[in-house]
Amino acid sequence: MDPMTPRKRLATVWLAGCSGCHMSFLDLDEWLIELADLAEIVYSPIASDTKTFPEGVDICLVEGGVANTDNLALIQRVRANSRVLVSFGDCAITANIPGMRNMLHGADPVLRRAYLELADGSGQRPHAPGIVPELLDRVLPVHEVVPVDLYLPGCPPSAHRIRTALEPLLRGDWPELSGPELIRFG
Amino acid sequence: MSLCLRVCTAASCRSRGGEDLRQALAAVAGSSTVVKGVGCLGPCSEGPLLELETASGVGHPERQLFGNLPASDPAALAALARSLRACAENPKAPAPWQPPAGQALDLNHPFFRLQRRLVLKHCGRIDPESITEALAAGIYQQLQRVLEANDPAAVIELVRRSGLRGRGGAGYPTGLKWATVAKMPGHEKVVVCNADEGDPGAFMDRTVLEGDPHTLLEGMAIAAHAVGASRGFIYVRAEYPLAIARLRQAIHQAEQQGWLGTAIAGSRFNFEIALRVGAGAYVCGEETALIQSIEGKRGMPRPRPPYPAEQGVFGLPTLINNVETFANVPALLRLGVEAYGGGTKVFSLTGDVLRTGVIEVPMGTNLRTIVETMGGGAPQGRTIKAVQTGGPSGGCVPAQQLDTPVTYESLQALGTIMGSGGMVVMDDTTNMVDIARFFMAFSREESCGKCVPCRAGTVQLDNLLCRILERRANPADLEQLESLCVMVMDTSLCGLGQSAPKPVLSTLRHFRGDYLAMLSPEATP
Amino acid sequence: MSVCTLRIDERDVAIEAGSTLLQAAREAGIAIPTLCVLEGLSPVAACRLCLVEVSGSEKLLPACITPVQEGMQVHTATPRLQEIRRTVIELLFTEGNHVCAICVANGHCELQDLAVEVGMDHSRLPYRFPDRHVDLSHPLFGLDHNRCVLCTRCVRVCDEVEGAHVWDVGWRGEHCRIIAGLDEPWGAVDACTHCGKCVEVCPTGALFHKGDTSEEKHSDPGRLQALVHARHHRQWTP
Repeated sequence: MDPMTPRKRLATVWLAGCSGCHMSFLDLDEWLIELADLAEIVYSPIASDTKTFPEGVDICLVEGGVANTDNLALIQRVRANSRVLVSFGDCAITANIPGMRNMLHGADPVLRRAYLELADGSGQRPHAPGIVPELLDRVLPVHEVVPVDLYLPGCPPSAHRIRTALEPLLRGDWPELSGPELIRFG
Repeated sequence: MSLCLRVCTAASCRSRGGEDLRQALAAVAGSSTVVKGVGCLGPCSEGPLLELETASGVGHPERQLFGNLPASDPAALAALARSLRACAENPKAPAPWQPPAGQALDLNHPFFRLQRRLVLKHCGRIDPESITEALAAGIYQQLQRVLEANDPAAVIELVRRSGLRGRGGAGYPTGLKWATVAKMPGHEKVVVCNADEGDPGAFMDRTVLEGDPHTLLEGMAIAAHAVGASRGFIYVRAEYPLAIARLRQAIHQAEQQGWLGTAIAGSRFNFEIALRVGAGAYVCGEETALIQSIEGKRGMPRPRPPYPAEQGVFGLPTLINNVETFANVPALLRLGVEAYGGGTKVFSLTGDVLRTGVIEVPMGTNLRTIVETMGGGAPQGRTIKAVQTGGPSGGCVPAQQLDTPVTYESLQALGTIMGSGGMVVMDDTTNMVDIARFFMAFSREESCGKCVPCRAGTVQLDNLLCRILERRANPADLEQLESLCVMVMDTSLCGLGQSAPKPVLSTLRHFRGDYLAMLSPEATP
Repeated sequence: MSVCTLRIDERDVAIEAGSTLLQAAREAGIAIPTLCVLEGLSPVAACRLCLVEVSGSEKLLPACITPVQEGMQVHTATPRLQEIRRTVIELLFTEGNHVCAICVANGHCELQDLAVEVGMDHSRLPYRFPDRHVDLSHPLFGLDHNRCVLCTRCVRVCDEVEGAHVWDVGWRGEHCRIIAGLDEPWGAVDACTHCGKCVEVCPTGALFHKGDTSEEKHSDPGRLQALVHARHHRQWTP
């Protein structure tokens, strides 16, 4: 690494997903050490303690769909402050498993089913404004909410897939992703 | 003095009480007065309609047309009947009769004067339920002539030379179609009449079926003789109960009188017609789906070739023409190619226009003549914005291009089609995105679901149009709308899907401003 | 046997007259994406993936049913066709509920493979999340309408090969769905012989063996082709 080249500011964000994509990110194993030379992790649930999404991010990987008001506020902040926004994994790209509640027509039937109908005895609806974010009526893929620059499908995308996308981005190049190894859903 | 009272009992006037009117006037009938129910008299917006023909024995009988007559008020109906009886009993030459209620319509108005009635020659004149009247009017004479001459090739040649093209919308040369079926090998062939008129705002075929079913039967029989078919089907939509009843009756009468069945008119020609009633699917107007439906299968289009001429109903060579095409044939044979000329087109004129109804005009008449001169233009204080032709498969002609003559080519050049003859006038209060969405919702609903672009593409297009109407769309959505339109048009299996995007593309072409005004550039993707 | 010579993607191909463009392309080693067509079943030309450009024809033609003609010039992978194919796949993904991660056919699914083939890394059209159901009334098999792409292979194999005609298509347009019998629960349809041919030819995880869980369904349409071939040639041993 040329010491004169500034490290890229890299962020990862976890919206409505199972965190499996982030686990896969950790599967990059020893390459993570190389990555640390190439990028500064400025925001991430697994590699940073920063609580507010910073400004001037070069690359942001977004895991998960947009499911609640917090997700919505965060993704807008992410978009406004990231040069390259990567939809990271099937939940971000298709809404995937969180999106299966969309077939139930709205947040209300989902909450009723989960907290009342299936409760043991004394169920109650969670209601804590300002603490527990409200569900949106539908879980949306990220690109249906804000423009997305790159898509990295998979449930989760393999470490190899993540690296194939990240390496060129960190160099300032654009990755060409195609073929079953790199863009298969599931 | 003798009177003939013709009361319009076609669907539109009937919905305004035409049948009540006819029954009330039946009381007037006597030795010198005939009262009959007839097919469409024309200006539907003025219904219920009554035509009075008076003959004093000298000179031509005089015709007067009256509209907006009372229908539900027994006292007014009785007054009307009394007044007519007095007129009938007046031995002297008639002063023009004035109805106690309703108004006289000027038969010299361009709405009537500029028409040329070939297909609708008998419509509104004869009682469609009486084959005696049909025969007296000359219907079946051309069939008789054709059977006597027994030269099918000459008939096909005549049709070819006339330049007659399919009136159902696509405009395929009729003579060529007949010749193809005639050339197909095999002894068993089929003639099908497509009476599955389904475009919103189109009711030309219904007018013919309700007003003059025998002319259709005659046209079909002539076609069957020409191509060598012995079986015929009329595929008519279930939403036309009156047309179905009259067709049934006409077929029965024709069979009784030897104009259908075996050894027609003493010749060796056999031809029977069966009625098939559709179950409400628009796509069954598409010929391959129609064939499936006649065979008792799910009405879904199949790829062509093979064309119906090669493999149609039950795998037999099949000639399919629309109602109006068949109904042109007797007139063509009667007049000959020269007098027939460019022929005519029947239109149902509806929407934001003063006088609506069914008209038949010479092919090539200007749109402006039709909607402004004949139809009276937009209601007071408004101006015409566009005229929609061709229904969900067609497009809009903007007001500034109303001087376009109505021909297959000129309408196509404007991004629409002649279509089957529905003509919907829209005034300046119309939002064209609304219109495009109306037709897309129609196509979405009517897609049979067989091919992916039509089944799923029309849904996405409809959703996109709704997004625009709700002002939630950005310029990228408009771009997506256009590219998806082209994709659905290029890739759908049948004509329904291929033309479903046309109302959108046509309004985008001529009224892009209506779309742009509804975009919100800040809308998120 | 007469032979047609034609040119597909700048490659000369000679093939028996009466063959389809799809057969000719495969003969020449040119892959055209397909979904509804399956050798051994009658073609329906419904998925529109195999549309190709033929010189002299303004319309795109489905390779699966278009017969070869002498001297034809065919293009199977122009940018226009690639764009169309991706849109078709996007339309299929967005009209159903295709959650690959938890599907019995994950990793062995023709739709999933097609998405890769056409380069669909995301859908540009919005997902519709339709409300669809699962029929588990049959003792051996299940039908998950969420994963059905309406290719009608099951309808055709049951009618044309098994001769039972258990399946058909009900409703129309976006409401189309595969129905058993007269829209009865599959398990209640006596005509079903439990042969499993429909499961075998299903390109996705819509029809599956009840014991299968994610990634466990491996279809083998080749078995159908072997059966059809054996019947046709009355040759039951290889």
